[in-house]
Amino acid sequence: MKPLLSIEGLTVELSTRDRTFEAVSDLTFGVSRNEVLALVGESGSGKSMTAMAIMRLLPEPVAEIASGRIMFDGIDLASAGEASLRGIRGNRIGLIFQEPMTSLNPSIRVGPQVAEVLRLHKGLDADAARHRVEELFEQVRIPDPRRRYDDYPHQMSGGMRQRVVIALALACDPDVLIADEPTTALDVTTQAQILETFRDLQASVGAATILITHDLAVVAETADRVAVMYAGRIVEETTTERLFAAPRHPYTHGLLGSIPHVAEAGARERLPEIEGTVPALWALPPGCAFAPRCPRAGERCATERPPLADIEPGHRAACWYPVEAAA
Amino acid sequence: MIGFLARRFATIPLVVLGVVTILFIIFKSVPGDEAAFVAGATATQSEIEAVRVQLGLDRPLVEQYARHVSGLVVGDFGYSTTFRGNPLPHIISRLPATLALAAAAIGLTILIGIPAGVVAAAYRNRLPDYLISLSVVGLLAIPNFWLGMLLIAWLSVDLGLLPSFGASGPASLVIPTLALAARLIALVARMTRGVVIEELRKDYVRTARAKGLSKGLALRRHVLRNVMIPTVTVIGLQAGYLLGGSVVVERLCAWPGIGDLLLTAVSVRDYTLVQGIVMIFVVSFLVINIAVEVLYRFVNPRLRYA
Repeated sequence: MKPLLSIEGLTVELSTRDRTFEAVSDLTFGVSRNEVLALVGESGSGKSMTAMAIMRLLPEPVAEIASGRIMFDGIDLASAGEASLRGIRGNRIGLIFQEPMTSLNPSIRVGPQVAEVLRLHKGLDADAARHRVEELFEQVRIPDPRRRYDDYPHQMSGGMRQRVVIALALACDPDVLIADEPTTALDVTTQAQILETFRDLQASVGAATILITHDLAVVAETADRVAVMYAGRIVEETTTERLFAAPRHPYTHGLLGSIPHVAEAGARERLPEIEGTVPALWALPPGCAFAPRCPRAGERCATERPPLADIEPGHRAACWYPVEAAA
Repeated sequence: MIGFLARRFATIPLVVLGVVTILFIIFKSVPGDEAAFVAGATATQSEIEAVRVQLGLDRPLVEQYARHVSGLVVGDFGYSTTFRGNPLPHIISRLPATLALAAAAIGLTILIGIPAGVVAAAYRNRLPDYLISLSVVGLLAIPNFWLGMLLIAWLSVDLGLLPSFGASGPASLVIPTLALAARLIALVARMTRGVVIEELRKDYVRTARAKGLSKGLALRRHVLRNVMIPTVTVIGLQAGYLLGGSVVVERLCAWPGIGDLLLTAVSVRDYTLVQGIVMIFVVSFLVINIAVEVLYRFVNPRLRYA
């Protein structure tokens, strides 16, 4: 199926006072309707920067798209004008933020905050918008939506606020949904509930979804495909099933190895970890960025960067010496 | 809200009593014979003694204090040499002029200071910001009496546009208002700029932009509400200080307000009048602070249910 949103060679540059470097390098991936693609990686791997680049809400001029295309419905978002972007943001592409505590305006009631997006894009009047918001609140399982409409954010719990944010992102039935760590700031019980709500609604809207997370448990439960990012690049991309069953990139392999298994919990062994730390983005080695930490690295890895290529149908990895597929 | 108001107003008498006590101690410690002042320079010793008995100045200090406080409660502020009696009605009659001047200055601050700060923040580190920030530094550095003199020299003397003194209609209000408001406008503009820049970095602004709002709409609909919270506080607190600032400006422009009267009282050593005016200043300050708190709750929903 042809992807609804396809990112082609996206590079985002960050400029600070004394250096310019790539926070996202030559990123290529696509998401189709009804599909959930998880972008996984550590902090600083470029996940959120990618999300903001797609929305064209990078904090310019500090961060800017240096090259690449972001094709959505025949439009290149990377070069689109502000007016057409405004018609797309919140309307055809919905964004769910990480911080439910701060992503809502503290001095405006939550209902009108959601209604605003409907009035802006769908031209609803105040009554119709209110009615629709109450429906949305019910869909995201906010109890007593009528009364909650008039709450201020500080009167709601973190989980409730995140439901409001989800309602906001879904209000205009977007074609694309980008969720940037939607459950990270919540406690574990709330996380599970929010994730369930999110998955149900995503499926009913059928939006092409990019789920940004560092939580592999969330990935396993939610995503159809996974793209693993390291130091601004995708190092491996395949279906969720395939990735968990047979990771080929040593970084992915290390990540999956660091998840505790319930069956082994009694053994009290130290969890394996990936040695070393993520290199600074402005001081990347000329070859593979993971090479200094990689147990499989050879001479070639230090000097020549491996391309992201199909190592089997539907499975891309950027590695000279990939892990053998499990038998 | 009613409980809150009741609690706040209940504190006023306590604060006032404290101020009365401190003023009483200060004025009793001032060197010189109060009775001699009241009696006048040409009075004989027996006349001075008569005045002393008449004003109760021969009684012990504790008794004088008790009489002073109980007099204040019923509105008797004592014997003012200027008005040859209770100065309270004369102070009250000067109050509207001072309040009008303060209100005009605050109005001008809201009209100019807040928009200037918002524009400077929106054009941060570009030409409009530089111009506004430069004006702010200039206005903060200029003392209000000097600005008042410049305005009189320019607008009244050179151009003949406005009266240079007195209170003869709305035109007379212009120069004292400008002189009084200049510093406050600069202060509010500078603070608003800072608050807007800070608010623009917050997550909810990104949310507003992700909804499809333009930068301008996000600023107007989302940021300004949150900017009002600290701005109201600063303007409110400064409103109290406007009373003090008005002393010099009122004298300069011969504006018939309380500040002008205070300078007169000081120059003729009319301690009763000075005490009375300070009392009125203190009460006004307290009432303004309560009004600010009410307003603050109005603009900040997080406090309303607290």
